[in-house]
Amino acid sequence: MDKPFAITLNPGSSLANRTGSWRTFRPEYVDRLPPCNAACPAGENIQGWLFHAESGDYEKAWRALTENNPLPAIMGRVCYHPCEGGCNRQYVDSSVGINSVERFLGDEAIKRGWQFDAPAAASGKRVLVVGSGPAGLSAAYQLTRMGHKAVIYEAGPLAGGMMRFGIPKYRLPRDVLDAEIKRLLDFGVEIHLQTKVSNVLEAMQDGFDAVFLGVGAHIAKRAYIPAGDANKVLDAVAVLRGMEGESAPMLGRKVVVYGGGNTALDVARTAKRLGAEEAIIVYRRTREKMPAHDFEVEEALQEGISIKWLSTIKEAGESDIMVEKMALDDKGFPQPTGEFERIEADSVVLALGQDADLSLLENVPGLVVDKGLIQVDAGMMTGHPGVFAGGDMAGNERTVTVAVGHGKKAARAIDAWLRGETYAPLPKHELATFERMNAWYYSDAPKTVRPVLDIIRRQSTFEEVLGGLDEGNALFEARRCMSCGNCFECDNCYGVCPDNAVIKLGPGKRFKFNFDYCKGCGVCVAECPCGAIRMVPEEN
Amino acid sequence: MLKQMEGSRAVAEAVALCRPEVICAYPISPQTHIVEALGEMVKDGSLAPCEFINVESEFAAMSVAIGASAAGARSYTATASQGLLYMVEAVYNASGLGLPIVMTIANRAIGAPINIWNDHSDALSQRDSGWIQLFAETNQEALDLHIQAFKLAEELSLPIMVCMDGFILTHAYERVDMPTQAQVDAYLPKYEPRQMLDPNEPVSIGAMVGPEAFMEVRYLAHARQMQALERIPQLAEEFATVFGRDSGGLIHTYRAEDAETMVIAMGSVLGTIKDTVDAMRDAGHKIGVLGITSFRPFPHVAVAAALKHCQRFVVLEKSLAVGGGGIVATDVRMAVTGMGLKGHTVIAGLGGRAITVKSLTALFERACRGDLELMTFLDLDWNAVNKQLEREKAHRRTGPVAEALLRDVGVVASRNY
Amino acid sequence: MSFQPVKFYQTGTFTVGNRLLPPEERSVQASSKRFNSINSGHRACQGCGEALGARYAIDAAMEATDGQLIAANATGCLEVFSTPYPETSWQIPWIHSLFGNTAAVATGIAAALKVKGKAQIRVVAQGGDGGTTDIGFGCLSGMFERNDDVLYICYDNGGYMNTGVQRSSATPAAARTSTTPAVGAEPGNVFDQGKFLPAIALAHDIPYVATATVADLRDLEAKVRRAMEIRGARYIHILVPCPLGWGTASHDTIRMARLAKETGIFPVFEAEHGEIKSVLAIRRPLPVEEYLKPQKRYAHLFGKQPRVDVIAHLQAQADRNIRRYGLQARKESH
Repeated sequence: MDKPFAITLNPGSSLANRTGSWRTFRPEYVDRLPPCNAACPAGENIQGWLFHAESGDYEKAWRALTENNPLPAIMGRVCYHPCEGGCNRQYVDSSVGINSVERFLGDEAIKRGWQFDAPAAASGKRVLVVGSGPAGLSAAYQLTRMGHKAVIYEAGPLAGGMMRFGIPKYRLPRDVLDAEIKRLLDFGVEIHLQTKVSNVLEAMQDGFDAVFLGVGAHIAKRAYIPAGDANKVLDAVAVLRGMEGESAPMLGRKVVVYGGGNTALDVARTAKRLGAEEAIIVYRRTREKMPAHDFEVEEALQEGISIKWLSTIKEAGESDIMVEKMALDDKGFPQPTGEFERIEADSVVLALGQDADLSLLENVPGLVVDKGLIQVDAGMMTGHPGVFAGGDMAGNERTVTVAVGHGKKAARAIDAWLRGETYAPLPKHELATFERMNAWYYSDAPKTVRPVLDIIRRQSTFEEVLGGLDEGNALFEARRCMSCGNCFECDNCYGVCPDNAVIKLGPGKRFKFNFDYCKGCGVCVAECPCGAIRMVPEEN
Repeated sequence: MLKQMEGSRAVAEAVALCRPEVICAYPISPQTHIVEALGEMVKDGSLAPCEFINVESEFAAMSVAIGASAAGARSYTATASQGLLYMVEAVYNASGLGLPIVMTIANRAIGAPINIWNDHSDALSQRDSGWIQLFAETNQEALDLHIQAFKLAEELSLPIMVCMDGFILTHAYERVDMPTQAQVDAYLPKYEPRQMLDPNEPVSIGAMVGPEAFMEVRYLAHARQMQALERIPQLAEEFATVFGRDSGGLIHTYRAEDAETMVIAMGSVLGTIKDTVDAMRDAGHKIGVLGITSFRPFPHVAVAAALKHCQRFVVLEKSLAVGGGGIVATDVRMAVTGMGLKGHTVIAGLGGRAITVKSLTALFERACRGDLELMTFLDLDWNAVNKQLEREKAHRRTGPVAEALLRDVGVVASRNY
Repeated sequence: MSFQPVKFYQTGTFTVGNRLLPPEERSVQASSKRFNSINSGHRACQGCGEALGARYAIDAAMEATDGQLIAANATGCLEVFSTPYPETSWQIPWIHSLFGNTAAVATGIAAALKVKGKAQIRVVAQGGDGGTTDIGFGCLSGMFERNDDVLYICYDNGGYMNTGVQRSSATPAAARTSTTPAVGAEPGNVFDQGKFLPAIALAHDIPYVATATVADLRDLEAKVRRAMEIRGARYIHILVPCPLGWGTASHDTIRMARLAKETGIFPVFEAEHGEIKSVLAIRRPLPVEEYLKPQKRYAHLFGKQPRVDVIAHLQAQADRNIRRYGLQARKESH
């Protein structure tokens, strides 16, 4: 074409004009810490594994999940999911059902027989793990992944610790527990059952380079209640452990449980299932103050458990107990009122908390115990070099999830320690707060409700109360994740740039800015749904 | 083939023979018959393929032509007077973009006062628009110039106005020799656009050009018109070869041999002038005629050569640069700078005022005698003008000039108002 | 609705792209092979809504026509910032003629293509609101009534921004411009003036009329796609916020468009042959203040003595839009 001078121009020639020189601020891609991840005691990269679940790649999701937690089917049932409490989606409609997706992945893994990826090359180091509860299993798993030989000494007849002896079946079916433990054994974790460690330093002499203590809190706290000879006063630990034995404990027609924690609820609900006509929880404070989780209280009430708030047991008689009503004082503490009441009771179960048995540590130099808890450093190491501890014995927040987190953290520290280094956790990213996101881009998608067992069967059997998601609604639920603070390749930055200054790098590779043309308008930052871009002042 | 027909019809048929592909039409006298005829030909299928578009204004007419031309279609429209002024912005744009649109101007006065009769004010208002402007003396020439115009426009990538006197030519029935399609096809090649909107070779047409290149763009437009000065006579020669008659070219002289006085004009008035000159020659006056066909580009060299041997010239033009004088005359004077000729400007025929042989004879005789003023308004009613001028001297405001003048010249209808 | 129904957020309608969508359902703008009809290096202001809207619309038209597209462009910001000699940002055949004749130029192009037997090549005309609703209105109406085969796209930023933010007939009431300054008893643009060109386009009964904003990309693309399926005169009116003229932060461009739609200030709908076929319902209803406050052109309404009367008047206008076009929020399905 014979182009007239100046009037007619060659296509796209404006590339010669580098508008990037206009910029005073520049955009920068960042990864921010999603609030779910921040809230997870096990340190799960929840956003990370949901990312894979969203595309239906459940195996990849499960592998991402199990980098931090080897027990997703268990955790998907028993975790109190603080992640969902942190979830930013609650400000849009309702939190993502992270726990339900986790369970789906865990169940899917069991169903499909997924095994862990092969561990790293053997280091030749051996680590003793005391206790096969969640802390011990987690530590042993992580150590195995890193190439160390992890050997668990378990005092009990079966592996699982408090998961088996403290959590009722209707919350955690034993086939699920067994399956996830078996996978760990197949992975190379060695467990010696009925092997009680009474002196940890001695036990280490069996060729171990380090030890991790994951002894659960098995010893029930007692309270003095004057009781007649005929009255049955039991403790919750014994009752729940008894459920794993050959014959269930005899609790009678009317059962009173004393306490306000999750264990109290577990016992009451267990009693109901064992045939008790009445299961009554007596608690000295109000519902708001109850340490048990609200949903468990709700489930218990649904099942016909009754709760006497603001009440203490003064004495236990032959077939009844004496309860004193309490009243809150100005500061909100319960005070006795002098009003009494008698309640029929065939048995009284005390659920007042548990302590760990620390006798195996009696002669370990340097080790510090305070208020029944072993003092550990940031890497879960006790005052005695090479002796690490976690789970119930090292913290007051006694959940499976916390224990798994302790186990993982300890394993990393042990790994460092074995190499003569000091474990230093990576610095955490800035939190992906809701204000940093643009929630417009998330359409309304209410949380999926999990199926619940019918009430009759909940009152008479130990079948699992809460059902799982099927694939369709697990996918839906996964896709409710807003990917807070982490690019999910929605192409918004690429699309909204008025200067075509965002380069799309292809699936999984995210984007980069073309600073030759980026004018620094900041539209990409404002329109990033998940808050994974920030503006920083241009330096030159 | 010889035919007796209206000028508009003749032009329409000639344009149709040029195979225009897009025609935009908006009615304005006196060009209307041309586009009506073309519209009919498109509608009945005799002119095909061709898109005939009834636009909503002359501005749109030229704009549609711009778009069509830029997309590679041979484009044509026609207008006059107010219509030309209404499209002015697009007129300049078409030439600035170098789009070879051919447009007939059925010359007509421009208002106010509104006037539908012939003069050259409309076309000459666009003398600097960058368009080539060719003026036809007869309907035959009008017809022929359109055929030449398409060829020239497309060769140079410049738009061309073919100007013909409104009513005097457009509505006059004359005998014309209508070429055959084969002749036109032999003369006028297919339109090969210099630049085109084409997805296979995308370009941006119509960039904003700043001080760094604007003058060069303008100079190049000028240079192309200078090229046209060379091509116009050549095309006329080629035309003669194919069609067997002389038509077009830059200028024509008539009885100019040994002329002491040369009368210069454009358009149909040349016929009357030639009749007058014939009579004056018979009476012994050494007078000749120079007809200018190409007003833009202005053929300075050819005009100077044609006037080389005369002593004086009279430019008779149907246009007035108010406050200045003649428009054509200015260009002629420029052409003969330094030749020592005496030049006269005669403003004649504005708004359709008849130019009679009688008045011309008197005028030219005065010129030959050396009695003619530098500037003359032919057949001006000095009585009416002077009365108004006196009134205006007396009162600062006297109402609309036009109405007052009409009252003075005694137009019956206006007496009642 | 002119786009696929909402499913899950990631496969929904709101983000530009999505790794989870089947390729055929992804937006044009999400594609790494998108045309970038208007290339980098243009001289639009930071955060220019018009540059964005133009790329959205023209890329979609390019996709719909398989690259067989010619554009005519009115004088204005888009023209000036894209084609100052010696560089052009356009990668498609493009012509700029004048401010007021773009629709007619496009008509001419379409006519030429038809007569040349190249009707597979389609024509888009584009201009700002000044070039469309004011100076170009005559040619536009002519193009409409003749039903010429042209898609005309108006990028409406509510004023003559290129010349320094003067009022156009699309400038909203109460807005401050250089020619409707925020002084006197009734500061800003006068109420009960101006025109909503999409409604006038509807009155021409042309095959397709739609409005869109740069905040709803998938809707915009669907409308361009639909428009390119139709022959004849088509009109799409896209709201493109102007940081300069509106006095908004450059990063708020899309947000402002979103707020205009969510408050009912700007109705988003599509119509065929004069009948409204669908509207983009409000998702999160908001009072007009949310839209007005971030804009300096309305700052005079929020001074020490807020002009609650004027704000109420603007709210009434928005409410009327909501009623007239049925924009009320409804439940999202998935």
